[in-house]
Amino acid sequence: MNLRVDWRASCSLVGTVVKWLAVAMFFPLALAVFYGDGVTTFVASMALAVGVGWSLERLDDDPDLGAREGFLMVALTWLAVSIIGATPYVIAGQGTIAQPVNALFESMSGFTTTGATVMKNIGFEDHSRALMMWRQQTQWLGGMGIVVLAVAILPELSVGGAQLMEAEAPGPGITKLTPRIAETARALWKAYLGITALEMALLYGLHLVGLAPEMTLYQSVAHGFTTMATGGFSPAARSIEYFSAAVQWLIIPFMVAAGTNFALFWHALNGEAEVFGKDTEFRFYAGVLATFSGLAAILLFTGAGMAETPTIGPLSGNLEKAVRHAMFQVVSLVTTTGYASMDFNTWSSSAQFVLFVTLFVGGSAGSTGGAIKIVRWLVILKSLKRELFTTIHPEAVRPVRLGGRSLDERAVRGIYAFTLLYLVIFFVAAMLVYFDAARVGLDLIALDAMSATAATLGNIGPGFGIVGPMNNYIPFPSTTKLFMVFLMWIGRLEILPVLVLLTPAYWRS
Amino acid sequence: MHVIIIGAGEVGSSIAESLADAHEVVVVDIDGERVDALTYSHDVLAIEGDGTSLDTLQEAGVEKADMIIASTDDDETNLVACGTAKTVDDPFTIARVKNVDYLETWQHAENQNAFGVDFMVCTNLLTAEDIVRVIGLPAAQDVDLFAGGTVQMAEFEVGAESPVADQTVMEADRFDSLTFAAIIRNGDVEIPSGETVIRADDRAVVIGSPESVQGFAREIAPNQTPSGNEDLVIIGGSDIGYHIARLLEERGLHPRLIEQDPDRARQLAEELPDTVVMQNDPTDAEFLAREHVDEADAVVAALESDERNLLVSVLAKQLGVRRTVAVVESGEYVDVFETVGIDVGVNPREVTAEEITRFTRELHTENVALIENDKAEVLEVEVDDDSILVGRPISEAVADLPEGVVVGAITRDGQFVVPRGDTSVESGDHVVVFVGRDALQAVSEKL
Repeated sequence: MNLRVDWRASCSLVGTVVKWLAVAMFFPLALAVFYGDGVTTFVASMALAVGVGWSLERLDDDPDLGAREGFLMVALTWLAVSIIGATPYVIAGQGTIAQPVNALFESMSGFTTTGATVMKNIGFEDHSRALMMWRQQTQWLGGMGIVVLAVAILPELSVGGAQLMEAEAPGPGITKLTPRIAETARALWKAYLGITALEMALLYGLHLVGLAPEMTLYQSVAHGFTTMATGGFSPAARSIEYFSAAVQWLIIPFMVAAGTNFALFWHALNGEAEVFGKDTEFRFYAGVLATFSGLAAILLFTGAGMAETPTIGPLSGNLEKAVRHAMFQVVSLVTTTGYASMDFNTWSSSAQFVLFVTLFVGGSAGSTGGAIKIVRWLVILKSLKRELFTTIHPEAVRPVRLGGRSLDERAVRGIYAFTLLYLVIFFVAAMLVYFDAARVGLDLIALDAMSATAATLGNIGPGFGIVGPMNNYIPFPSTTKLFMVFLMWIGRLEILPVLVLLTPAYWRS
Repeated sequence: MHVIIIGAGEVGSSIAESLADAHEVVVVDIDGERVDALTYSHDVLAIEGDGTSLDTLQEAGVEKADMIIASTDDDETNLVACGTAKTVDDPFTIARVKNVDYLETWQHAENQNAFGVDFMVCTNLLTAEDIVRVIGLPAAQDVDLFAGGTVQMAEFEVGAESPVADQTVMEADRFDSLTFAAIIRNGDVEIPSGETVIRADDRAVVIGSPESVQGFAREIAPNQTPSGNEDLVIIGGSDIGYHIARLLEERGLHPRLIEQDPDRARQLAEELPDTVVMQNDPTDAEFLAREHVDEADAVVAALESDERNLLVSVLAKQLGVRRTVAVVESGEYVDVFETVGIDVGVNPREVTAEEITRFTRELHTENVALIENDKAEVLEVEVDDDSILVGRPISEAVADLPEGVVVGAITRDGQFVVPRGDTSVESGDHVVVFVGRDALQAVSEKL
């Protein structure tokens, strides 16, 4: 068979990215030196990254990237980076994540900003601080996108960059902010870096003024990494519940920001702060957050939302607590961050159902959030409204408008196709997860299987029941875990760039 | 004034005709036959040649020209002709364009002199504005605004069923700030007195405040003057159709637009957020019935072809649409349209010629509207101390003016002043007067 895809070119560029991953390991290495624990782990991992990257680069001296090679490169980059990123866990040999399948699960969960964990004892007793920070850092690298970062710093990617970013960026279409794609990538990363630094400073500031005794400098950096990436990993076993109310309130707006289109921040920094009010998607996003939060808050406040009393004490009748925990959970799940300010397994099924629905909402296009994405729901709602109108007036021509722009009909069809495909994959995958668990005698209820699938496919992290926010994914058999690695991978790349690789037409002319 | 007009089509000829009396007019056209025709029909010098060529312009006397009017059917020719004239001397240049983009570019330029054009007239936009004005006052045949919109002139047809038919002017005029300027009977312009009887099939020209004109419209045609939520249908997504919809949207209305070409329909739907665009054959009666086009307050036919416009307008009338307005590209068809029952035919070229003629008279008059093919004009004049009107009651001043002059309205500092026999005009006032053609020259000098 004559392959029409220049896979060597793609692999060579994957090699370049993998090689640069070694540079990213300098930060945990520095921590390892500082805390005197895990130096060899990171030195060995860096050597491996450079070695593998360098050998892959040899495949093609002058890689020429076309449209098809772009898809392959983006898909393989995420897989390769996750495999290399798993090596510190294996080499360190600490706890459950030393086992290779678990290590890959944890690494993929990190880079795809899912935040689902297979770490049994989260904390510094079993794991070095350097290794825990690497786990946090993988999410930050994956948040704005490895490929976007690569486009920003690697000159060899400047030509096909727009397409690479298109294949990777969450949501339909990318907005070119500047004429040069590398500059756009840099602008996005600068905004990302800036807001992350701000959050770290504010979190540590709370600690310094005494409002957050547990939020040390280490914890501030760790949580800054995973909030802005909508990741959800935390070095604290009980996630954000471990920290004070002030910390929880502070993290909410940063999660909201992480689920916002970063192009808006770029415009705001250029003095056009009014874009937030004008942007249709942002207004819809704010409305969705407010609606679901309000619903959950009412349930919690009246007591109808609780099944049992949680460790943090009763919520009913306590307005501040009810609003805070409702908002925190809703914002966390809508933006696909996956932090928890309390164990929502203690919520009643009505309140849990509100959260289950939010698993499918997702962040804005051009944000770090996963799942189906706000903008797609908005377009679907608008086109359904149009459908009602054209039923009465069959000859009416009605473009679907988003803000001032009208959408191309192909884009609308693409959004329908994606959403349907997403839901089909979700139902089929949930079934497979359920069967595979039953095969090894793991007794799942439907909501557990469905939420675990939605949480991995949507890069959210926690689900309900056995995968609740204070639990982990260890009980699943290795086959299910590998399947979930696949779900996280296609979920992060929005399914199509990966699925297209599985079609014969892609490989032939 | 030495005026060079480039293009002897309908627009150029019409302007030449209205300027010929008072000015030295040279017309340039590339078509020899038209040049010949013009030489014999009007007292102007007609030259055959390309108006964009320097030689031709020099032959036409561009060095001593005070004004160049480029009025051919081709936008680019008009722009280049103006630019060319500017390389020789600095005559005042007027260009006619169809494409609104050029107008926007011209308006965008700081001194409004882009392309070497000093005044630009956009045919399509003017036509759309004209139609929107007519729709705004459904019973009117023609509506013009003066003094920045404070004064309105409107021409109404008096139907047999109209309440004012067979009443005297004094009985019909129940509005304080409204003046009966003229009655047009069988094509003749008549200046009415209080005793003049208004008959069915007459046309009445009134000048007054917009509210009083609106009120009179309701009086004269009660069931044709809806207020507020008008249901308007535009047939044809031509450039003119597009601008009509856009201008209606600006007024807060939600018109419907029917366009047959799917791509054009889609494009219009994208550009007109408040318009319901429908894609179908506008002559499909079943479709029109299904969409209740018959219940529309007005239907505007703005298709590219006169014949199809006539067809859809007649069809709309037959379905029972109260009021139909049609764009008529060929001036000679306007009468045909109005004969078969189309309420108003709007000829873009006539609108353009009117606008250009109005502008050329701006040296003295602010604004002008032509009545009944130039048989009379409505002028807006800012009076100064030399005017015979200043400082004395109107009844006295009018005695010194030729017959056939009516002072229709006065505005003072933007406020409407009702002109009555004892009203005194002050220097700086804007006066809107109705003048018969014969008296025009004499009146212009004295005001």
